[in-house]
Amino acid sequence: MEFYPEIVAFDGTPFALNRIMLIRLIVLGALLILFWAWTAKFKKANRTNSYVPGRFQLMGEIALNFVRKSIAHDQLGEKDGDRFLPLLTTIFFVTLGMNITGIIPGFNIAGTSVIGLPIVMALAAYVTFIYAGVKRHGGHFFSASLFPAGVPKPFYILVTPIELLSTFILRPVTLALRLTMNMIAGHLLLVLCFSATQFFLFNADGFFKAFGAGTFLFGFAFTLFEILVAFLQAYVFTLLTTVYIQLALSDEH
Amino acid sequence: MISRILAAAAEGETPNPLLPSSYDLLWSSVVFVILLAFFWFKVLPNFKKTLDQRAEAIEGRLEAAEKAQAEAAAKTANIEAAQAEARAEAAKIRDEARSEGAAILAELKEQAASEAARLTATAKAQIEAERQAALISLRAEVGSLAIDLASSVVGASLKNDKVAAGVVDQFLADLEAGDKAGKKK
Repeated sequence: MEFYPEIVAFDGTPFALNRIMLIRLIVLGALLILFWAWTAKFKKANRTNSYVPGRFQLMGEIALNFVRKSIAHDQLGEKDGDRFLPLLTTIFFVTLGMNITGIIPGFNIAGTSVIGLPIVMALAAYVTFIYAGVKRHGGHFFSASLFPAGVPKPFYILVTPIELLSTFILRPVTLALRLTMNMIAGHLLLVLCFSATQFFLFNADGFFKAFGAGTFLFGFAFTLFEILVAFLQAYVFTLLTTVYIQLALSDEH
Repeated sequence: MISRILAAAAEGETPNPLLPSSYDLLWSSVVFVILLAFFWFKVLPNFKKTLDQRAEAIEGRLEAAEKAQAEAAAKTANIEAAQAEARAEAAKIRDEARSEGAAILAELKEQAASEAARLTATAKAQIEAERQAALISLRAEVGSLAIDLASSVVGASLKNDKVAAGVVDQFLADLEAGDKAGKKK
């Protein structure tokens, strides 16, 4: 299956590399180079006291400010937003970069379409929002999460297991699964459309060749759709992480 | 694809997509940790510094602009005050000049009037003197003429009309001559 391609190096060790792992490393390199270039611009601006950003620098600022302002500051406020900004920025750009490979010709599969990376990021989000809650409220964080205030005591029999499940188990699981399944489904859709096009155009007879054009159009539309999904899933993952942190920080606990 | 899945299923090793393999987790962690550290310690601090510096610069510039504006306003006020002062002074000078001019004009008029009066008086006096002189000389002449005429009349012993006529003619001629002599004088 395409999500488990052949191992190309280090077979049998935890360092085994297959196509998807290689794609991840390439995305890692691309992100490093891109943000390194932007950082160089920022550094140069800091050194030379030039306050007017160039076009390239401005693009970086818009990208980084999207996470900083529209996600972190909006949900957490400036102080807490800046505290958790490194994690949120990393999650956003890793997810976006890995998702977008799903439609880049030559890669054609998202780096997030095998569950390892979503699990790692969901774990990071999980650890972070528990850390945020414990740091702010101490052990009271857990008791307040599991025994919400204002609920009649007998109902805790019902409410507490639900809260335990939803807060401490389902949150990371849904984060990881939502992203992975979106990417898998997107990949399958594209594969379906383009394999059908290939089949209709080259293997089918006469009249059926016309279906090829239709399936190709669908493939094209889904490719555009996948760009949207790539961006949207990155946004959703980051936003949900922020919301979980915000819930953990809020004074209701 | 289908054949490969079938083959994998036949071998009983279709991987569960929900269970990560160890290499998957390892490479994911590597990528994530590297990028986390990169953003945390490299990108974001520099980005924040740039934004802070820019905010500072903009605030500084706004302040400077406000200061400059206040200075300009003060300068304008000063200039306006100086202008008003200058205008007031000019008005004062103009008023003074006007009143001075009026005074000078009045003086000149007075002078002219008195001069005219003087000239008129002088002319009148002269005319009067000339008239007196003419009167005096006329009176003297008329007297002598009358005497001459009377003596001629008496002296010629008016015997006949011829003599009388001759006397009168003689008198008139003398009178004429006298008149000529008078005119020559």
